[in-house]
Amino acid sequence: MDQPFVIGSVTTAIGEVPQISSRLTWRDHWGTFKVRWNVGRMDYKVVPGLYALGKPDAESPVFVSANYKLSFDRLREAVPGRDVWILVLDTHGINVWCAAGKGTFGTDELVHRIEASRLAEVVLHRRLILPQLGASGVAAHLVKKRSGFKVIYGPIQARDLPAFLDDGMKATPEMRTKSFNVRERTVLVPVELVEALRKVVIIAPMLFLASALLRPGKFWPTGVADGLYSVVAFLVAVISGTVFAPVLLPWLPGRSFSVKGLLVGLLGALIWAALRWQTSATWTGAIEIVAWLLIIPSVAAFLAMNFTGASTYTSLSGVQKEMRVAVPLQIGVCAAGLILWFVALGMGMGG
Amino acid sequence: MAELIYLKNVVTLQLQPELCVGCGTCLDVCPRAVFARDNGKVAIVNRDACMECGACGRNCAAGALSVRAGVGCAHALINAALGRTNAACCAVEPKEKGEPRPGRTTCC
Repeated sequence: MDQPFVIGSVTTAIGEVPQISSRLTWRDHWGTFKVRWNVGRMDYKVVPGLYALGKPDAESPVFVSANYKLSFDRLREAVPGRDVWILVLDTHGINVWCAAGKGTFGTDELVHRIEASRLAEVVLHRRLILPQLGASGVAAHLVKKRSGFKVIYGPIQARDLPAFLDDGMKATPEMRTKSFNVRERTVLVPVELVEALRKVVIIAPMLFLASALLRPGKFWPTGVADGLYSVVAFLVAVISGTVFAPVLLPWLPGRSFSVKGLLVGLLGALIWAALRWQTSATWTGAIEIVAWLLIIPSVAAFLAMNFTGASTYTSLSGVQKEMRVAVPLQIGVCAAGLILWFVALGMGMGG
Repeated sequence: MAELIYLKNVVTLQLQPELCVGCGTCLDVCPRAVFARDNGKVAIVNRDACMECGACGRNCAAGALSVRAGVGCAHALINAALGRTNAACCAVEPKEKGEPRPGRTTCC
């Protein structure tokens, strides 16, 4: 009851049930913003159990959700002015889709939560509305057999719920199909970017140190300048793979994510190379440029390949097939680039 | 924009038409519009759109649909290859005995 979004309680046959509002506060929006930037994303939870939205009674519909607060917020803000029950499953703070894949948003947890919350004493009907994306974890016919409750799969997006309810619990084909448009891809970018930048923080000093220490002769200022170009080159790879590849996904050629990432990385690498050539038009400069023309696209391809997990249309079989070919190539090309880079360093990069 | 389609001819989705009773649950749960009604039963009409989420197989009371379910997540497969089975996210369940391929991937 001490969760900030609980505004009161509703009296039922089993006692008081916490009441929530469909209006989100600044605190909720700030929470959404933080998890979208990968801050505290794995610990953003709601206490599992039954909640009352508005003033529901024994005939009001029951929605089932995950205990990832982002999922919970999308659900409650989608149905303003309606009186409904929300049954929150314990998915360990993971969203519906991923928890269904893991099985925590699943038949066992749903049946258990129905019993633990004494839902059968709160409502007279025996119907539950589940998000469609929960279906990969829940077997509707088994829930019916074990709990007596009939599972109705609602729309994929919570925002379609009012239309779904008003149309006699019918979802249109659009509501049933998972889209992955540019807005939906873009909101996922910060998590990927922040994850990759955490690695940059480790790798960047190593690039600096290698540039400054391994090249013969002067440490300062050319060593530092070379190091800076290396860090920029690495950032080009990171941004190509985690920002441009996801956002431009459908417009990039190829089906595999590695190819899409490779092409964006190659473009970025060529732009970097053109700038670098201005400052070091020498043989060693040329070797360094070739080195990064290998490293940037291979790193970008690897990072773009990792976006398969965030995407909404890749299959396990497909990703396995892609990786069998792509990963050895990424490692091989990146290693070749690194060797060349060290060769350039040894020859005294920057002229 | 046309729908996004991943690699072709790779998915493990199987429909046994003789078991299908035409209840249509798979039409409701599939997020990729893989199925369509066909003469009182269901048919696979867009196989390459399938992402092997397993919702249809799990909810097919007649047992007519099967698929090796999992999440198409490269990070999960890398974690599996490195033996990180307890990763909070992007893990792969341990391989079952005699199973040639890795177990189900899970992700978030």
